[in-house]
Amino acid sequence: MKLLVPVKRVVDYNVKVRVKADHTGVETANVKMSMNPFDEIAVEEAVRLKEKGAATEIIAVSAGPTACQEQIRTALAMGADRGILIEHDGILEPLAVAKLLKAVIAKESPDLVILGKQAIDDDMNATGQMLAALLGWPQGTYASKVEPADGGIKVTREVDGGLERLQLKLPAIVTTDLRLNEPRYASLPNIMKARKKPIETLKPADLGVDVSPRLTVLKVEEPPKRQAGKKVGSVQELVEKLRNEAKVI
Amino acid sequence: MAVLVLADHDGSAVTQPTRSAVAAASKLGDVTVLVLGPRAAADSAAKVAGVARVLHTEDALYTNGLAEPLAALLVSMAPEYSHLLAPASAAGKNVMPRVAALLDVQVISDIAGVVDADTFVRPIYAGNALATVKSADPKKVITVRAASFDPAAAEGGSAAVEAAPKGEDPGLSSFLGAEIAKSERPELTAAKVVVSGGRAMGSAENFHIIESVADKLGAAVGASRAAVDAGYAPNDHQVGQTGKIVAPDLYIAVGISGAIQHLAGMKDSKVIVAINKDEEAPIFSVADYGLVGDLFKVMPEFEAELAKK
Repeated sequence: MKLLVPVKRVVDYNVKVRVKADHTGVETANVKMSMNPFDEIAVEEAVRLKEKGAATEIIAVSAGPTACQEQIRTALAMGADRGILIEHDGILEPLAVAKLLKAVIAKESPDLVILGKQAIDDDMNATGQMLAALLGWPQGTYASKVEPADGGIKVTREVDGGLERLQLKLPAIVTTDLRLNEPRYASLPNIMKARKKPIETLKPADLGVDVSPRLTVLKVEEPPKRQAGKKVGSVQELVEKLRNEAKVI
Repeated sequence: MAVLVLADHDGSAVTQPTRSAVAAASKLGDVTVLVLGPRAAADSAAKVAGVARVLHTEDALYTNGLAEPLAALLVSMAPEYSHLLAPASAAGKNVMPRVAALLDVQVISDIAGVVDADTFVRPIYAGNALATVKSADPKKVITVRAASFDPAAAEGGSAAVEAAPKGEDPGLSSFLGAEIAKSERPELTAAKVVVSGGRAMGSAENFHIIESVADKLGAAVGASRAAVDAGYAPNDHQVGQTGKIVAPDLYIAVGISGAIQHLAGMKDSKVIVAINKDEEAPIFSVADYGLVGDLFKVMPEFEAELAKK
């Protein structure tokens, strides 16, 4: 089974983002960038499938500026075999990314594509489902378990209220939820080895994809701030306040 | 032009997040609600204030909400509608991006506000910023953040219930089974009161402290991501950027430090109470009422005080 894992370069999850003074977006200059955490889980799952002998090759793909090579190298250091960078400066919405990935998939013919369920920058939660739609493939989103079974794959999904299990025909799309696995840290020898693994660079035009955004960001603002309230001295005081001041119990 | 809302239901009635999606849809046009499941759920949708029409089918193809046939059905219905909406539930978030891609439009996820027919407000970066976006697509496909819209009233409407069109089965996936927790407590995203525990709970067994206070208040039980990661609570209890977004009248955070990730999921609650032994915990900066103390001492006292009336 050949696997393809898209990875996104995002503002590191530990960074407290700041809205730009001109309200055009959030500050990304001189901010630590990392691989989207859900994509790390996707890479980890692919590497585990390969270690179990269920997969033969893992291709890590990233779309964005040249610096996305860093995130591809991280995936390579975790265990991916080679990388593809689709170089583009400017906004790439999930629909555009799905179209780019579809074009790469037409060349590479993977059996399974594993994506993070959501990127922690735009929080769209969409690329996996959109890619599945464009390819006409089944989708197993929010996966907490992925097992090759009966010539396809069995996916356990996190849904409201519990879990559900689906059987998907291959080729298929899986998106990862938090509990699927705990991603490994790349070892130094593997980081060194990753430097020698190949990364192919493409442009959207090479793939014949129009990536023009469909959404225009009119403004980005800080959410209304909540004022810190007061400390109460005792449980009795708390219950009294909730009953008579806030009137919520 | 008409607006279509895909309903979530519990077998007998549409969910409160669905009624929030109806409230958002009402700002855009005449609302048609699509109900896939028992007739009782369709009848409940017909009574929701502001619903003009209900389309209903009990076709077994949609019983388990498989994304592929459901998206195909929505796409076949799309020509009649300017906007297609669903609550931003696990089901809605699963299917609507698929619908959008099939229609060659960019999905607009998790909207928190409607500015006009093309323009919407949505949280980004875990709710640390709000983006106002204008869509150039001819049709909009949207999921709605329930906590941001007061739900349409469950009673007051009298829409006609008609048969939904028949769709095709692409036959790509099949449903094997589910383990859905049965609970007497209200659903997390619809509860008026939520009591959540964090890593300081220390164990899954200790969560009964949260549960018994929740039961006194008729509340839902939530958890921080740290508590879920530690295995103290199931993932569907998770409140936060990567879990559920809630906005109850009262949110009680117990032993939760208040990571940005968690705040993103509950900071729109009307009244927030924080109980934590670390007086520097960030949760106190958003709490209306803070109580510094050991939760294992405070919570039994709290429960006893609630019982007093």
